[in-house]
Amino acid sequence: MKNILDLAYNIIGLPRLIISIFLLVFLIAAAVVDLSIPMLTGSLLVRVGMNAVLVLALIPAIKAGTGLNLALPLGIMCGLVGAVVAIEYKLSGAASFAVALAIAVPLAIIVGYLYGLVLNRIKGQEMIVGTYVGFSVVSGMCIFWLLAPFKNPEMVWAYGGTGLRNTILLHSSFDKILNDFLGFKIGEIEIPTGLLLFFGLLCFMVWLFGKTRTGNAMHVAGSNPRFALSCGINIDKMRILGTVLSTILACIGILVYSQSYGFLQLYQGPLMMAFPAAAAILIGGASPKKAAISHVIIGTFLFQSLLVVAPPVINVLVEGSFSEVFRGIVSNGVILYALATKWEGGE
Amino acid sequence: MIPEQKELKPNTNSPLIKIKRKLIEFAVPLLFLVLCIIGAYYARLQPSFLINEIIMRMARNPVLVLALIIPVLAGMGMNFAIVLGAMAGQIGLIIITHYEVTGITGVTVAALIAVPFAIVFGYLTGKLLNRAKGKEMITSMIFGFFAVYVWQLFFLVFVGSIIPMRNEKMILSTGVGVRNTVDLVGIRYALDDIIKIRDLPGITIPISTLIVVALFCILITFFMKTKLGQDIRAVGQNMEIAAISGINVDKIRITAIIISTVLAAWGQIIWLQNIGTLNTYGSHVQVGLFAVAALLIGGASVAKANIWQVLLGTFLFHTLFIISPTAGRNLLGDAQIGEFFRVFVAYGVIAVALVLHAWQKHSAAKNK
Repeated sequence: MKNILDLAYNIIGLPRLIISIFLLVFLIAAAVVDLSIPMLTGSLLVRVGMNAVLVLALIPAIKAGTGLNLALPLGIMCGLVGAVVAIEYKLSGAASFAVALAIAVPLAIIVGYLYGLVLNRIKGQEMIVGTYVGFSVVSGMCIFWLLAPFKNPEMVWAYGGTGLRNTILLHSSFDKILNDFLGFKIGEIEIPTGLLLFFGLLCFMVWLFGKTRTGNAMHVAGSNPRFALSCGINIDKMRILGTVLSTILACIGILVYSQSYGFLQLYQGPLMMAFPAAAAILIGGASPKKAAISHVIIGTFLFQSLLVVAPPVINVLVEGSFSEVFRGIVSNGVILYALATKWEGGE
Repeated sequence: MIPEQKELKPNTNSPLIKIKRKLIEFAVPLLFLVLCIIGAYYARLQPSFLINEIIMRMARNPVLVLALIIPVLAGMGMNFAIVLGAMAGQIGLIIITHYEVTGITGVTVAALIAVPFAIVFGYLTGKLLNRAKGKEMITSMIFGFFAVYVWQLFFLVFVGSIIPMRNEKMILSTGVGVRNTVDLVGIRYALDDIIKIRDLPGITIPISTLIVVALFCILITFFMKTKLGQDIRAVGQNMEIAAISGINVDKIRITAIIISTVLAAWGQIIWLQNIGTLNTYGSHVQVGLFAVAALLIGGASVAKANIWQVLLGTFLFHTLFIISPTAGRNLLGDAQIGEFFRVFVAYGVIAVALVLHAWQKHSAAKNK
């Protein structure tokens, strides 16, 4: 009996176990305090879809052996630039989303390539360097948002000022463009079909890439560098490839996130976005050295359901808004656990 | 140190190369000195105002930066978790404000109350960092973030409900949670005012605080010459060799972090007695970022730091801090640019320093 429990514990892992127990407690509490389950389910589906691509962006980096890519803001910035340019030309609907992507992805390739070159020179310190590269790019871009010569009155401060606003409404461009695509209702639950389909498509592409020769080589380079070397795989090249793919997915991720949210968040908005994503994939059962698409789906689902269910329940018990505090403790706690653990398949 | 000198070529003693070496050594502080001069030129601040601000900051800020030195020498990199030390200091200040202990007695009592908290926090940080050898900096940074949220939970939810505290000036009207700002009027300038020179127009010099800063500098210098200090250096140079020569590496590392945390607690108290109001949920958040940036701007690296770099870095970083909003407004018509710029500088200098250090280490490992 004890062996079975041990085995189950090893498969599930501590973070997933704790989060699941938490979730269960909150679900029971939610039933007790009579929260509307259909409404929670609807908002959960939307939140899973809008955050999942940013979590998926971590996969190529982990596979290529560069660990948790905390420099996600690099890709996020590319996505935001694409969106801002699309809005500047007053594009609307699907065209604006497509143009935003068409501008953002090439940018992400360049940025990811350059960042990959940096990462090859600092092996072993990817997380702290990534964090501060991300922070400095976000704060440097604050100056760009302020000085860039954009004219569209929807984006520029209203009272004669220069510079873009903190949050830019997307109602005239690509607000909910994916969420509403083929959207339908089951009872009171709204299903964001397009959003989930889009995420599914990206997952499928990442999975398919893993099956190709290159994808396989990248995985070998990341998981077993010595073996990769003996196979004649160029490890540094594979690490760059992983970083580029991760940056591309991050730029797509922020566009998906923003269209669902209804706003672009500029300036300091994206500063901390890498951390909840990293926490989600870790909760899903990934480690900084090993990750699968299932970890992305499970992790995002568990983390987001906790974030959807916990705050209203806590708010019944105590006054004030603790969703932020709750999210911070969970996500940083999970990352700390990952840092303080010795993972298999070390250097 | 010694192997580095061995690698140098024979003609290193020619004066030109000596100058070149000095230039490289001081490249970062020089760059920032130039930035400060350009900024000061465009900011067109009144000289007496600028000098006064700089003196004030040179009194209230260096101890927080000093707190970083010992972990650097212990080979643990920048201790971003000095945020926890700052919290310990703030706990001391909240308690003395609650019991209305004022003046220099208040500051002293707060500093004493902070010590046990700082020791416990430092011990926890040290334990955690020992489990994450080789990735101390990212771990201390995330631990700092984590602690900030635990602090919020504690002071917003538990104080007033679980921990009894009834002081209308400090607790929110609901009876639960500490207010966003706590007025530290009772201890404001308590340390600065002991000896203060006001002879020059527009300039006040808080001699007493400057003496305290100098004392801490001397203490750290002496401390590094003691047996414990030497052990810390040995661990910083090579953990394995230190362990073979009979040093308890884990214990030394925890000690280094505890000292750092206690210093940060005192540093935060010195800083806040000058500021005069505690921003309950904000005062500590940026402490790690600004201290690390200041030390790096002073010319330190992730593996090497000394007292002079602390003082030089504090001076340059805070000068830049004072002038950048006005310089930004005069140059580009927007004060916000200057504010964004100084945040960018803080993050950017850390990013560049981390990349350079990891790069050196990586190529050194490759050459072996």
